Amino acid sequence: MPAYYLEALTVTLGLILLMAEAFVSSKSKAWVGITAALGLGVILALTTIAIGPDARPDASWAKWPLWNFYQFDTLARFYKIFALVTTAFVVLLSVDYRKILARFTDHPGSENGTGEFYALPVFACAGMMFLASAKDLAGAFVALELVTITFYILVAYMRRNVGSLEAGVKYLILGALSTGFLVYGIAWIYGTTGTMSFSEISNFKFQVSNSSGLFFGIALVMVGLGFKIGAVPMQVWIPDVYQGAPTPTTAFLSVGSKAAGFILMIRFLEPLLASESARGPVLKLLIILSIATLLFGNLAAIPQTNFKRLLAYSSIAHAGFLLLALASGASGSEEGPGSTQVVSLYLATYLIMTLGVFFILAQVRIQRDGESIQDFNGLGQTNPTLALALTILLAALAGVPLTAGFIGKFFVFSLAVKAGLWAGVGVAFIAAAAGFYYYLNVVRAMWWVNPGQKAEVSLPVISKVCVGVLTVATLVLGIWPQPILALLK
Amino acid sequence: MLALIVFLPIIAFIAILLGAPARLTAIGAAAANLALGIYAAFTWQCSCWAFSLPVLENPALHLAFGFPDGMSAVMVLLTVIVTLAAVLSGKAPEGREKLYFGSSLLMSGGALGAFAAADLFFFYAFHELALIPTFLMIGILGRGDRKEIAWKITIYLGLGSIILLAGLVWLANLTGTYDIAGMIAAKDRVDPVSQKSIAALLLVGFGTLVSLFPFHSWAAPAYASAPAPIAMLHAGVLKKFGLYGLLRVAVPLLPEGLNAWLIPLLVLLLGNILWCGLVTISQKRLDGMLGNSSVMHMGYIFLAIAALIAFPENPLAQPAAVLLMFAHGVSIALLFGLADRIERNTGSLDLSDLGGLAKSAPKLAFIFGIAAMASIGLPGLANFSGEVLVFLSAFKTCDGTAGLGPVQIACILSIWGVVISAVYMLRAYRSIFQGPAVKSTESAADLTLVDRIPAVILILALFAVGLYPNLLLNLLR
Repeated sequence: MPAYYLEALTVTLGLILLMAEAFVSSKSKAWVGITAALGLGVILALTTIAIGPDARPDASWAKWPLWNFYQFDTLARFYKIFALVTTAFVVLLSVDYRKILARFTDHPGSENGTGEFYALPVFACAGMMFLASAKDLAGAFVALELVTITFYILVAYMRRNVGSLEAGVKYLILGALSTGFLVYGIAWIYGTTGTMSFSEISNFKFQVSNSSGLFFGIALVMVGLGFKIGAVPMQVWIPDVYQGAPTPTTAFLSVGSKAAGFILMIRFLEPLLASESARGPVLKLLIILSIATLLFGNLAAIPQTNFKRLLAYSSIAHAGFLLLALASGASGSEEGPGSTQVVSLYLATYLIMTLGVFFILAQVRIQRDGESIQDFNGLGQTNPTLALALTILLAALAGVPLTAGFIGKFFVFSLAVKAGLWAGVGVAFIAAAAGFYYYLNVVRAMWWVNPGQKAEVSLPVISKVCVGVLTVATLVLGIWPQPILALLK
Repeated sequence: MLALIVFLPIIAFIAILLGAPARLTAIGAAAANLALGIYAAFTWQCSCWAFSLPVLENPALHLAFGFPDGMSAVMVLLTVIVTLAAVLSGKAPEGREKLYFGSSLLMSGGALGAFAAADLFFFYAFHELALIPTFLMIGILGRGDRKEIAWKITIYLGLGSIILLAGLVWLANLTGTYDIAGMIAAKDRVDPVSQKSIAALLLVGFGTLVSLFPFHSWAAPAYASAPAPIAMLHAGVLKKFGLYGLLRVAVPLLPEGLNAWLIPLLVLLLGNILWCGLVTISQKRLDGMLGNSSVMHMGYIFLAIAALIAFPENPLAQPAAVLLMFAHGVSIALLFGLADRIERNTGSLDLSDLGGLAKSAPKLAFIFGIAAMASIGLPGLANFSGEVLVFLSAFKTCDGTAGLGPVQIACILSIWGVVISAVYMLRAYRSIFQGPAVKSTESAADLTLVDRIPAVILILALFAVGLYPNLLLNLLR
């Protein structure tokens, strides 16, 4: 099956869901979400049989000009799987979150306004999948905009909630600004090199007389991408938008949108790191971004009292670690995985841990009517198993060994040590130590503080299964990360 | 095969989570593990104990266990002995059995994994696994100001672990492997300049975990607050991880780097023995006193390590350190177990509230006396053999004509520690058990037969090693 069928099927799934949703009773729209998740699951299964033109060079579809814009390699497959898995979990999270969605979209008792909330992530997913295959800046830009514009709607989805609207406006304005940077940078790159294709940019000979325009373009594109991944100093929108957006959207933003930014960054930087004259300045830029992001994300997370906001800062902090892996500029070899593999592995572990936490956060938000760390007080007494799962997930986010989070950090540190980035390593250790503090702060609230009047939290079936799966995956990947690395081979 | 010993407590922990009767499962697993552990100590040279499961191809990581030498076997033996005593002597608060015994088992599994690991990655990881239940248990079931104390130990040990991790990752990167035996084989790749920095990281990292002065201030309050099995397992077993790590990784790989830090290390270990010793004398409560005394005794083991650093071919130093680790582990576990018993029977651990307990509880007094004597270092008990060997090892390579070196001077000063231990232990014994009975001790219950079992197990180990130290020394030579 040609690989582009995957995107086509995903878009089709989204369209079908949108149309079907219009004809369904407004009582419960949960099945739209469940259908979406099932459909994404089917497409996920199809990724195993998707092939690129190299596998069947004589087929008629392999000669289409589409392949000038679209590639299908290991990385593309990995990030397509990543997008599908993320979206499926987000849609399932939305199903269990629909009570709150309904409250802020339409009159009580009706789920009239919630149907599109399941279909829109599917479109964003198609954008992310295309992004993973993008071969040139124009295609990547269009795909990225598909993702971003969908997010504009998703963030402001709860239209009767002031917080959600405020987040939506902030995201719209800053997102548009970052798009402007991106387009402007692309224009500069095109102007100096005469091409938008990633591979051809690397053929461009960097000469003293003409490379400053290209570097300006690269810097602008990095600013644009910095917005997507939440790198300092382009991170200002993250805490407010994450806190205000509906929780499933926040989860999607922090996992899906970040991964989309990173795959684009990997694709964009790959040829630049291969060229001798661009490698030095680009790596320097990356390490500066990484140190600033690590410091800001981790230190600003320490005083947070709202758990959702804490997760926003934590997402900035993780971007810092990912940037550090990129900044070491290692290419994969016999001795160990390179920067690309480490970033991908880290993102995969981040997906598992973060989504697990968001599932629990969403239910605590619904049943205890609050998102602050105090609302987790005494969870260890009222729901020991749930608290144990959240403890494991938070320990993994902090990077405690034998969990998936440690594997990711471990690889990042070894890459950075190997590359001799001592400033980065030093800051990253401070960052990891700070991480221990603020993640375990929540663990402390759960186990060491009495619940007081706080009610027991009962997870609905879908959330229960998802939290279980994600927690077990966190532990299994913590001692056996080989499956993910095998996907990256 | 060794994997069975490591995973048995963890499997039992999962069984308890799933609803198996907590206390029985824990005792069953600990008893089975004791049998396996004793068998392993006798047959550690057999290749059948090695276990390796490739986890990652690139860089090669193996979930690998094995006995590279007798030191691991002794530590595993210590762990299984203390684990059984801990689960036998602990009494869970109402409704918290699962948490209480489950955490104890998880700690035991983590410690066993760390001592048996043949791969640096899992060596570190299993220790962290054991720390988490420690933090949680102190925070949930601790005495006194438990939240503050648990938070303090979490931050302290978390930071220590991260500094340690930095050193270990650096070391693994230089040697190009995570296999500990492979690292030692490739030790030439660790250049002298990096050696010095890595040695500093490892000394601070491991040192924090072992409560090396001045990174010790977490230890005494944490032990005073922790529930009995947690204090027994942490002070007795888990804390030895730092010393074991220094002997296993740092000493063979960083001979020059550690040598550069020898004088600071000697000063710090004297801080442990003398400063913390004096702090111990001034304690007003039994739990605080025991916590501080365990910090103090770490100084002796550091002295043996310092002797080994100063003269790497010293044949006595490593056996001395391991023997004392074993002896201290068993005796401090016994003391914490008995302190918990005293508190349960009298309702207090304040030395001024107690007195004359020997009249109402003669068996408790007798057993506590043995434990106190062991801690002081009376001949015939394991601590004596350990401490004497440590002092001998410090002088082993001393050339009488050249005068005393820094290690010998530190040794002479640290022998004062024996006097200090005698002072605080005997004073505590007098004020708890002798003199006129007071209200809290008049009708205190004595130990029943069942209560005595864990104490007897530990005392047997103390006497066996004390009277016939070759039992362990044969494993270590």
